[in-house]
This record gives sequence, structure tokens and C-alpha cells, in this order.
Amino acid sequence: MSETPSTPAAEDPVVRITGLHKSFGSLQVLRGIDLEVRRGDVVCIIGASGSGKSTLLRCVNLLEVPDSGQIVVHGTDLTDPDVDIDKARRGIGMVFQSFNLFSHLSVVDNLTIAQRKVLGRSKAESWNIANTNLNKVGLGDKVHSMPTQLSGGQQQRAAIARALSMDPDVMLFDEPTSALDPELVGDVLGVMRQLADEGMTMLVVTHEMQFAKEVADVVLFMDGGVVVEQGAPAQVIGDPQHERTRTFLSRVLNPVQVEE
Amino acid sequence: MAVSKRKRARVVRGVQYGILVAVVILVILFADWGAIRDAFFNLDAAGTQVPQIFTSALVNTALYTLLGFAFGLALGLVLALMKLSSVPPYRWLATIYIEFFRGVPALLVFITLGFGVPIAFQIKFGLYTTVMLALGLVGAAYMAETIRAGIQAVPKGQLEAARSLGMSHGRAMITIVIPQAFRIILPPLTNELILLTKDSSLIYVLGLAREEYDLTKFGREGLNETSSLTPILLAGLCYLIITIPLSYLSRYLERRTGRKKAAADTAAALEVKG
Repeated sequence: MSETPSTPAAEDPVVRITGLHKSFGSLQVLRGIDLEVRRGDVVCIIGASGSGKSTLLRCVNLLEVPDSGQIVVHGTDLTDPDVDIDKARRGIGMVFQSFNLFSHLSVVDNLTIAQRKVLGRSKAESWNIANTNLNKVGLGDKVHSMPTQLSGGQQQRAAIARALSMDPDVMLFDEPTSALDPELVGDVLGVMRQLADEGMTMLVVTHEMQFAKEVADVVLFMDGGVVVEQGAPAQVIGDPQHERTRTFLSRVLNPVQVEE
Repeated sequence: MAVSKRKRARVVRGVQYGILVAVVILVILFADWGAIRDAFFNLDAAGTQVPQIFTSALVNTALYTLLGFAFGLALGLVLALMKLSSVPPYRWLATIYIEFFRGVPALLVFITLGFGVPIAFQIKFGLYTTVMLALGLVGAAYMAETIRAGIQAVPKGQLEAARSLGMSHGRAMITIVIPQAFRIILPPLTNELILLTKDSSLIYVLGLAREEYDLTKFGREGLNETSSLTPILLAGLCYLIITIPLSYLSRYLERRTGRKKAAADTAAALEVKG
């Protein structure tokens, strides 16, 4: 993938975050985040655990309610108390670290239930869309399987297909491969790479530096609840300017190396 | 001194079996078998009980129980949701209700509904309504706690996934969380059904017509008419006809839940190896 930001569009960004603050009790998790994601961009958020990157992502669809700041997704200000959050979330796909497939429903029902109950699609239409998306993630033969019959990698791909079936404007990935055994990571990253190639706008919290390097348009390094460094992957991962970024990257890229 | 642990365990177990066998032999030797047979296995007395004990009393007991269970389950679900509500007064109300009806004997609830409420409010419930309310009110208190635990046992991620797909909180609860909660609590709910089956015998305080008799009342009437304990034994066996299949069902459901999880773990393990 290109390492320079794709097509500079005149239109508004899909996601615009300004001055975002969030605390859990006395713990300040986000301390003033500003972020713009343009249509078709893949933004990878990297950083140590506890840096606030997952909380930032969960704020984008208001699974965490920010204390202050503004989050505008597709022209809708989510922090406006009058906003219909259920409606706004339809356009924001979310993929979780722990997959969260509905365990009492078959794979296809996982993909159709929200289409029917939320978007009001017919059974036939939702089935078609589900089938298309399952084929896309390579699970065309798992339509009637129960989630427990799938491997972790298959569950995560089904979860991605579930989110895609709502035709989202933007997809959020919260450490999508962190719960997977190493040999199953590749399939999931492959699906995400394919989505990026098709022009999906994506925000990805990840520890997969290779993926960030190759697929991201913008890489954000977070530490202590602020964005320390952001820019093209070649710059942030290849030639980090800040000491904290360098320390983090050296730990992630050389995990065996013992310090001191 | 040098008795191995295993040998000592064997000796201890042998002593336990010995005591058990001795007790059984003593009971057999000293019991008055003739009197027991006359009292409990009187075929003439049994003859007066069939077929009504099956066609009427057993059916009534099952019907009373089901009515109470259905109402109790619905009310229990409402109470469980109140208990989990973010609105404090709902939580208080549910807690007060549960503590009250768990702590009061079911018999008192039957008497209050059967006689107290008609006096106080000039409302006379029919028999079925009274049974449904009385058993349901008591059962709901127990089931509410079971259902609440079940809802809390559903992983938080399930609700988050549903909400992130645009479902409202209510819809997510109804379509995703509550169905999963009921799968988890099927075994304990089956036990509640068994308890209610036995509690349904308290209906006798309401005063019943003959065709309304439940098993216990039917058996006691039989005792009065035949001066034999056989009808009581028969009634007891009829309860077992209901409760033993239920407890097998409960155990089967428990095993199935466990097996599903084991199968999932195996599948995941195989996937990793393959």
C-alpha cells in the first residue's frame, strides 16, 4: 500500500475528534486527543497497554462516554445529548478483541439479526448480504455453524463480516488479533488488508507493526493519554522522532531483547 | 504403625459399609412387615384411588404447578431486570419484594390470597387465579435471583456487540442477553419447577371440590376413606413421576452445556494443531 496519504479530499473527514478527555475515576485515560480520519484512510493506533488507545477507539462509537471534547462521525456530533446514538452506531462497524459473536445464534443469524431488527431489511435481503460478506471473509461454508464450532480466527472473520453487513462508513478494530493464536492472525489481517484495498475507512488499534507499516495511511503513537507522534508509517515506525516512540518500538520489534 | 495411607482408607471404607449393612439388617429384622404391608400396600385401598389419582389429581398438580411457574417466571424476569436497573427505586422495590417473599412461608401467601384479599378488597379470585398468583408470587422471588445471576453471567461483550450494531439497550437485552441468560440458568430453573411442584400441595388450604384435588389432598382424602396409608404412598409416587424426569432433564441440560464448552475447546485445540 502507498505510504503517502491517499487522495486528498475536499470533503469533511469521516471522523473528527477534538479535545477528547476521558477519566475512569481519578485515572485520566485520555488527555486531549485531536484526530481526523478522511474517507478511505486506514489509521493505525499503536502504543503500550494503558496508553488509552482502546478507550479512544471505544469513544468513537460511544461505548465509552467522553468527559469532554467532541466526536463527529459522518457529520453527526455524537457528544450532542440529543443525538440518536443507536442510529449513529449503524454507520460505525466495530470489531472486538474477543470477537463477541452472539453465542446462541448461528453464524448467519449473527450476520442477519441486526440487519433485520435495526435496518428493517427483509429476511431474504439480509441473507443475501450475509452470504456475500461471509464469502468475502472466506467463511462461505460456515453459514449454519455455531460460533463455538469455529476457531478464533474464523470467529473474528465472522465478526468482521457481521459488522460489514450493516454497510458501515467506518470500521473500528480494537486489537482484532490479540486474542488469536499466532498462526491464525494472518487470515484476519488478510481480510483487513482486503478491506483497506477496497477503500474502507478504518481505525485500527493494533500491535501488528508489520500490518501498520504496510497498510496504514496514518500511524498514531499514543502514550499517557495523548498522541505523542502521528504521520505516515514510514515516518512514525521507520524514523520515530520522539524518545518514547523509539523506546516503545524497540520493545515491540525486539521482544526477546532483555534490557539493562 | 507402618500402615499405608491407601490401606487405611480401605479399612475406613470397609467399616462404613459394615455399619450400613448392619442398619439395613436391623431394620429388616425388627420392622413389623405385616403391619407395614397392611398400611402401605393395601391393594383394596389402592383400587379406590385409580384411575382418578392419575386422571384428576396428577393432572391438577401438574396444571397448578405450571400456572404458578409461568406467572412466577414472568414476574421473576421483571424483578431481575428491576434489580439490575440503574434506577435506584426499582432496585429497592425488587430487593424488598424478594426478601419478603423468600422469607415468608408459602402457606401464609396462600391463606392471604385465598381469604385475606377477598375480605380486604371484596375481590374473589377463582381457584386457578389464586393458585397462579400464590405459587407465582413465591416462585418469582426465587427465580428473580436465578435470572439476575444468569443475566450477569452473560459476557459484557455480548451487549457491547449488540449495541455497536445499533440495537437499543432494550432490544439488545431481549434479542441477545436474555436468551443467553436462560440457556445458562435452565438447570437451576428446572429445580425451581421441582420445588414449585411440591409447594403446589399447599393449595388444600383454599378448600377444594373433589375434582379440584391435587395429589396431596387426594391422598389425604383417600387416607380418611380407606383408613389405609396406601393412598399417601401412591400420591408420593405420583410426585416422583413428575419430579424425577425433571431432575434428569436438569442434569441432562447441565451436562449438555458443559459438553458444548468442552467441544468448543477441543475444536479450538484441533484448529491450532491442524
